[in-house]
Amino acid sequence: MALEFRNVSKSFATQGDGELLAVDDVSFRVEEGEFVSVVGPSGCGKSTILSMTAGLYQPTSGEVLVSNVPVTGPNSHVGFMLQKDLLLPWRNIIANIEFGLEARGVPKADRRARAMKELDHCQLSGFENHFPYQLSGGMRQRAALARTLSIDPEIILLDEPFSALDAQTKLLLQNSFAKTIKDAGKTTLLITHDLSEAVLMSDRILVLSERPGQVIAEIKVDLPHRDQPIRRRVLPEVGEYAAQLFKHLKLEEKAA
Amino acid sequence: MIRKHGIKLTSVAILIAVLVAWEVLPTALDVPRFIIPTLSDSLAELQRMWANEGLLGHILSTALYTVLGFLIGSLLGAVMGYLLGMSKFWEKVLSPYILALQIAPKVAFAPLFIMWFGYNSMPKLLVTVLIVFFPVLVNVLQAMRTVDRDLVNLARAYNLTRLGIFWKVEMPSTVPNLMAGLRIASTLAVIGVTVGELVGGNTGLGYLISYGGGQANAAMVFNAIILLTVIGFLLYVVLERIEERVLHYLPKAHQ
Repeated sequence: MALEFRNVSKSFATQGDGELLAVDDVSFRVEEGEFVSVVGPSGCGKSTILSMTAGLYQPTSGEVLVSNVPVTGPNSHVGFMLQKDLLLPWRNIIANIEFGLEARGVPKADRRARAMKELDHCQLSGFENHFPYQLSGGMRQRAALARTLSIDPEIILLDEPFSALDAQTKLLLQNSFAKTIKDAGKTTLLITHDLSEAVLMSDRILVLSERPGQVIAEIKVDLPHRDQPIRRRVLPEVGEYAAQLFKHLKLEEKAA
Repeated sequence: MIRKHGIKLTSVAILIAVLVAWEVLPTALDVPRFIIPTLSDSLAELQRMWANEGLLGHILSTALYTVLGFLIGSLLGAVMGYLLGMSKFWEKVLSPYILALQIAPKVAFAPLFIMWFGYNSMPKLLVTVLIVFFPVLVNVLQAMRTVDRDLVNLARAYNLTRLGIFWKVEMPSTVPNLMAGLRIASTLAVIGVTVGELVGGNTGLGYLISYGGGQANAAMVFNAIILLTVIGFLLYVVLERIEERVLHYLPKAHQ
């Protein structure tokens, strides 16, 4: 098992003396190589879950375990990606991909070789000397994925990485991410508010309630083609899964 | 391309128009030459200053202290900006004093520096350093405050040390602001040197201004002002070139 949340709660001090409970007693497991999505209304603590997995801050109570070891700080087992690509604008693409390896004492030649390999996996060959501003949004996200993969993390955390892209780029990028991640055999946690994206890409979906976030449902997506969302997309069952999510999130009631 | 050509042509035309007006108008309006000397008066005076007043030495002295004061002042300002930017505590403690010093008119310190250090190059250097220091400090500090938190978190997640985060994320993020601060500082550096030379000393273009003023030699003052402007302009242009090189990774707004 790769990732486990054990009765995790997290509250933040608000301005004044109040406390805001963002995540309330959340427990779940993600198995090795599994692709799990977390969906929920905005402000439900999705990103808090991600930050705790990355070790950027600690749970108020409970435990987060990566490969059975409690997460106590930022660590090399976890690679994360946000909606923003977070490429360093003053570095060219290859130097950006190497960025994650620099703090680890990997010799320069090895760094370059590993970065070139990931560049290739993410279909960016030939762009190593370009600067981020010269690339399209989709290409920049692929470069960010290459940077994430180059540190060879046990878990990849994706925080709405496709939400800033136009519809077509999104489809293509979901497809290329799904394939790259499947080939690399990485355990992945995807935070998203796009319900169909969750159905298309995941093995399993966790539904969170409104704040304070609690897991209110767990849906196993029993569909083929996890590595090809574009093919999964045309399956008739996809609509049923989305409808289930709809129901759990009570979207119809809210619309009424 | 045509547009670019047009800009240059118009610009040169304006220069020529101003020079012609300068040459013709004072005589036409009967303004005496000790009030407004014509272009040819000023050029003749420039020649005389070169031959008799050791103009080259004055120019070099002023240029040297402008550059020196600019380098020392901006280095100190940048270092201080980065140090304060790394420590919330010291930034909060020191910010009222920094604000006070920034508001205080720096040129007013010139007589003090002369009392302390005498009639040498030290006072003008100090005024320049002081005047250059703040815009660089403020710009760097502002940039340090607004570094993308997500970038810093990314670096933290990659296990970079505090120092590593500074060198690889914060410092490069602040370069655009640093360069903007340096450009402002370069124009102020000339003011600092001029004030230092005006108030005390016997070298530099600022000295020539007060000397020429004392002799009712308006042409000398005109020439000194123009030469000071040229020095400041050159410094600015050099900085602009450096900025273009350093910030090549920013998309151009218009091309």
